[in-house]
Parts: sequence; C-alpha cells; structure tokens
Amino acid sequence: MNAKIIDFYSWQLPLYYSTPVAEHNTVRKSAGLFDTSHMGEIQIEGKDAENLLQLLLIRDISKMKPGQMRLAVMCNLQGCILDDLTVYKFSEEKFWVVVNGSQYEKDFSWIQENARHFDVKVSGLRSETAKLDLQGPRAELILQGLAEENLSEIKYYQFKELRVSGIPCVVSRSGYTGEDGFELYFSGEKATGLWNALLKAGKQDVLLPCGLAARDTLRLEAGMLLYGADIDEKHSLLQSPYKKLINWEKQFLGKEELEKQRSRGTGQNLVGFELAEKGIARQGHHILNNSQEIGVVTSGSFSPTLKKSIGLGYIGSEFSEPGKGFEVDIRGKKVKAKVVETPFYKR
Amino acid sequence: MASPSDKKYSKEHEWCKIEGDIAVVGITDYAQKSLTDVVFIELPKVGQKVERCKPMCSVESVKSVSDVFAPVSGEIVEVNTKIEEKPEMLNKDPYNSWIAKIKLSNKDELNELMDSKQYDAFVEDEEKKD
Repeated sequence: MNAKIIDFYSWQLPLYYSTPVAEHNTVRKSAGLFDTSHMGEIQIEGKDAENLLQLLLIRDISKMKPGQMRLAVMCNLQGCILDDLTVYKFSEEKFWVVVNGSQYEKDFSWIQENARHFDVKVSGLRSETAKLDLQGPRAELILQGLAEENLSEIKYYQFKELRVSGIPCVVSRSGYTGEDGFELYFSGEKATGLWNALLKAGKQDVLLPCGLAARDTLRLEAGMLLYGADIDEKHSLLQSPYKKLINWEKQFLGKEELEKQRSRGTGQNLVGFELAEKGIARQGHHILNNSQEIGVVTSGSFSPTLKKSIGLGYIGSEFSEPGKGFEVDIRGKKVKAKVVETPFYKR
Repeated sequence: MASPSDKKYSKEHEWCKIEGDIAVVGITDYAQKSLTDVVFIELPKVGQKVERCKPMCSVESVKSVSDVFAPVSGEIVEVNTKIEEKPEMLNKDPYNSWIAKIKLSNKDELNELMDSKQYDAFVEDEEKKD
C-alpha cells in the first residue's frame, strides 16, 4: 500500500494514503479505516481496580456497568493534565484505560506508582495489541458483514467482546472523528489479516484507508482535543473544556490544587474559533487584541466539511466568550477571527 | 505521470512555458502531490519583481504552507485570479493551471531549467529519497 509515512513519537505512521481531504470527506460520507495501534492499552485488574481508578481519574466511574466506556482525564498533583483517555469496564475487577500513544510509558509508570497501596495488577498490553478504528456512517454496515453478533446492540460508548472475521476482538462504538464508528482491539499478530479483511468488506461501500492527517482534521471539526497540542502538563485542567467532567464530590489526584485554582481563576481558557478572512491559523500562532498578545493557537486547519478555517487556542478569559472577536498573527499578517462554540461539526 | 514536453522545469518543481519573452509559470504534478490538498493560494502582485529560485508567492494546503519559487527572474505581468477562487485546480490539473506570467529579464536563465525528460528522471530520484 502506498502511503506517506511520518515519524510520530517514534512510531512510523501513515500521514495519508490518497490525500488528507479525500480521506476526510470519505469518513464523513461513507467510511474510513485507521491503524491506531500506537494507542496504549493498560489493564487494571483486581479487587481495588475501581478504587484505584477513582483516585486517578477526575470523574466518577462508580456508576459504570460492565460493557460501558467513558472519556476521562488523569491529572498530576499540580492539577495539570497528564493525559486524556477512555476507560473500559469489563467487570467489577477488570478495567482498561486506553491512553495516547505518545504518553503511554509515562501513564503506565504513574498508574503503577499510585497502585502500590492497592490490591491490583497493572499490565501494559500495547506491545501485543493492535487497534483499528472503523469510522463513518457506513461503519456499522461494513463491520456487520464480518461480525458474529448484532452490532446495533452496541450503543454509543459501549463495547463487547466478539469475533470479527473469526478474530477475537474488543469492539467499542466510539472514535475520534465525530462520526458513528467502532474501535477494535485484538491480537497484534492478526493486524494485517483484519486490516485487509475490513478493506475488502468495505470495498462496495467506499471504505478508504486513512492516515493521521485526516484523523487530525476530523477530530478538530468534532471539537476533540489533541494531547500534546491542545492540552498538556503545562496547562490546568480548569482551562480546558474537560473541566465539565470533574466530580468535586470525590477524592482524586490533583483535586486539592484544582480547588485552589477554581477560587483563584485560571487566566486563559481553551476555546474554539473560526477565521473571518482567508488563511489558516496554525499551532503556535499568536492571538492578538489591538496588537496585544492575548493567547496562542494550539490547533488549526482548514475544515474540509465546513469550508472555513477553524482552530483551538488558549485565550484570556475576558475574551473567551462565543462571539468575541480577535486577530491571529499568521506569519505577520493580522487575520480576523472570533470565538465559536465547539464542536464545529455535529453529525 | 510523464510531464508535458512543451514546458521547462525547475528543481523546486515549478514548470514554465515560454511564449516569446514571457514565461507562464505553475507547479508540477510532483509538487501538488507533495503539498496535498491546496486550500489557498496567495498570488504574486502584478508589477512585482521576482528572482530565480527565490519565493514569489505561497500556497497553503490542509497540512502546510509552502513557497512557490520563481523558476526565472523578471517581472510579474499577469496573475491567474481563477486559481485564487479555485485553488483545488492546482491538484486536479496542475499543468493547465498557471499561476503567473513573468516577463523574462535574463533569457540565459532558461538554460538552467530542465526539459521534461530530465525532469522526469529528477523526480524519479526524488521519489526514491521519500
């Protein structure tokens, strides 16, 4: 297969196979297949599995049922974001957290370190686990042809263990594109086999293999954050939209510091914006108000679906209300922009 | 794709077609493929002086911004405003989507450009590096 390959945190990943926009549009209209094996699966097993996760995660997971998943965040003791992740509950004593590929080793150490006083076993599953994301309105139709169970029974943010093309998989209805779709976890040895089987099954329904470039523009349109760009260990959780996930009623790592920040205020917030003029705001571009720097762009792209330039950035809280105008310094040119609600695109 | 034989080519992957003392300039198929989907082009200005191998304007794709280098020195005498409205034409039909016309200031520079056969061989080498 012909693809443009790039280095992503030491992983050789495809940037695109055909073109980023062709892949992007195909995911919105029919379906796309992404190799996301770089993502990190960490298993937490044992009597205290839930207790440990309650300590690590900012949101309450005590009401989760087996077969459900949740989006969650881990903070450090400074209240900054260690990683955003998804939690899968297999049983009362077995969970997975799926973390960003780039943060896997750090997250694993953090979890293991904090697990010392808990009755749990923490295992890193990434080296033996492959992951494929099948995304788009036709994802269910395509996957159903290969799946042994009725996929319509898996609702959004639920998962099941089932065979796909004869291969045992964990299949969740979820993804990073803003479309309907599935994430499949299975034995790494079967990766090529399942990749080819899915592409073949999707041929009639216009399924395209997709790379990181389309993954990035799709997630941005859907208002989903990218770790290392939009969120990181330098920014407080309270500055990001993830603050809505916090459960203040329970104890969790970072809470003490976040409570202080909450009463003090955080200065800048991460917001969505769109450009009113031609150009593309890119990561690192300065956000200005009357030539005064008031923030910085963390993600930006031309949106193939909305046909305008969109982005995310940190901006002074007095400017972060939807509708507020500002300028982005794009290589010396001041381009008008305004704060808008995210997601930019909803299916 | 073999490049058209009626044009000359630069190492920076621009083509130019010589019409008297005017060079009609665009980007090659290899250039558009490396750029991927072009969403904006910032055209040069009529009257602007350009220098061979120096940036004359920029194109922006979903992933990046890139300079377009002048394949010859001279003065911009006309720009293709249709390309500004439909920048995707640079991807769809690069050899029929001219960007600007340059009035040559030094005809000797044309000897520095490659013909289509030389350029195809050059691209083959570049692709091996990818």
